[in-house]
Amino acid sequence: MNNIVIAKKESIIIYLKETFNDVGNITLFSIRFFKEVIRSPYEIKEFIKQCYVIGYKSLPLVTITGFIMGLVLTLQSRPTLAKFGAESWLPSMVALSLIREIAPVITALICAGKVSSGIGAELGSMKVTEQIDAMEVSAINPYKYLVVTRVLATTLMIPLLVIYADGIGIIGGYVGINIHSDVNLYRYLSQVLESITFLDIFPATLKTFFFGFFIGMIGCYKGFNAVNGTESVGKAANSAVVTASLTIFIIDMLAVQITDLFF
Amino acid sequence: MIQEKTIIAPAHISKTNTPVIEIKELYKSFGNNEVLKGVTFSVNKGENLVVLGKSGSGKSIAIKCLVGLVVADKGEINVFGTDITKIDTNELNEIRVRIGFLFQNAALYDSMSVRENLGFTLKRHAKDLSAEEVENQIKEVLESVGLSEVIDKMPSELSGGMRKRIGLARTLILKPEIVLYDEPTTGLDTITSREISELLLEIQKKNKTSSIIITHDMACAKHTADRLVILKDGVIHAEGTYKELEKSDDEWVRSFFI
Ligand SMILES: Nc1ncnc2c1ncn2[C@@H]1O[C@H](COP(=O)(O)OP(=O)(O)OP(=O)(O)O)[C@@H](O)[C@H]1O
Ligand SMILES: [Mg+2]
Repeated sequence: MNNIVIAKKESIIIYLKETFNDVGNITLFSIRFFKEVIRSPYEIKEFIKQCYVIGYKSLPLVTITGFIMGLVLTLQSRPTLAKFGAESWLPSMVALSLIREIAPVITALICAGKVSSGIGAELGSMKVTEQIDAMEVSAINPYKYLVVTRVLATTLMIPLLVIYADGIGIIGGYVGINIHSDVNLYRYLSQVLESITFLDIFPATLKTFFFGFFIGMIGCYKGFNAVNGTESVGKAANSAVVTASLTIFIIDMLAVQITDLFF
Repeated sequence: MIQEKTIIAPAHISKTNTPVIEIKELYKSFGNNEVLKGVTFSVNKGENLVVLGKSGSGKSIAIKCLVGLVVADKGEINVFGTDITKIDTNELNEIRVRIGFLFQNAALYDSMSVRENLGFTLKRHAKDLSAEEVENQIKEVLESVGLSEVIDKMPSELSGGMRKRIGLARTLILKPEIVLYDEPTTGLDTITSREISELLLEIQKKNKTSSIIITHDMACAKHTADRLVILKDGVIHAEGTYKELEKSDDEWVRSFFI
């Protein structure tokens, strides 16, 4: 019995150590980004390719999840609002929840699953098959070519995907409302737009840049630090998703606190 | 380009005694695993040095230290007269473009076609080349490894031997003065191995390159070596020409040549 407790204690200590190590290393890895991003040469072609892979190729997934988010949120909120006779607030409530919280977080989590793990696996396999070393010996900065382009692409594309998900979610909400009653699209949209202010959109969009940055950065970090052996590619992808998801929640919590403080 | 049956003799004539690579007392360990324990050897200009040694003896690590991929714990590594352990990344990169490195597993960029693999380094280091000139050089180097037809293929579509030869082409496209070959013929059939060995000699002659060739393939070693060193227990255990080592008094050394 005692042994188990000790073993558990030790494994927790090891886990904490690893976590702090990770935090420190990811920070260092990120600082390097800001040094390298301003220095030429710029890998524009690779950046555009990554925007395409990360942004455009995630559209189907984000469309489906965005639509379902809006639809389900409407259907779930309706009974509660109806109880208070506030059904007419449904469009505003759905739009606000979507824009402020649900669309950014869910979309970011989906992208952590798709993009961060993809980058982790891609760079991880490049690492274990010595492709990253090959770049380095041919005097090409692999950080610049691989990391800077991908992180810039995620930082730019995730906010765009979130805005897109906002739109699709609102359409999903419209469909959800029309299952039970008959509201025309124009009235629905004008109600939505009336309820949204700049202060709803601005902080919510701002945080998505951070989501995007860390989704890319954590994927790259995990890939770059894959040790030799093919099984570590899977590990890199897996721990990229876990770490990125956790980071998204932490950023979200901080963002909400800060928004509360200032707005 | 590779003609069958023409055996080109090692280019003894072009050799001089000025070392382009000098490694002195090189140490490297991973945790408790002491891999290199004071390795000392040098490569003269225009010379092919073959490195032998059992699997895991640290041959790959030694040449990785030479290009700064692995940071040595202790020791001096002079390349073109500069100690690469004492310079910053920019200076190191200036030296790296003059060195070609063939990885044990070719390390082709999986996401790029053969053309892009070859053009990748060229475009970034010879910026004044026009697109046409880049294309020409790619074709030229592909022809020299005898694989002109695969230019539009992806690495995943190539056989192991083809990958190795494309890796070789990528190594050679910048016309390096030093080439480090990590097992250029391993895993290839005897005929292809022979072709590659001949290609190495041809390159040495044509571009007056100096090279380090790591190999387990004694036919390749015999064919290409001007001099051989054998790595054992983290140090250079024996050194000499093929003929000398073949008749060595040391039974362990002789066992390589059976
Ligand atoms: N990144 C690393 N981390 C820890 N140990 C390593 C690392 N790379 C190599 N080693 C160890 O260094 C030793 C030498 O490896 P190296 O790859 O140089 O062998 P080698 O002589 O090239 O063998 P082979 O002929 O099989 O290619 C091995 O014992 C290996 O376990
Ligand atoms: Mg090796």
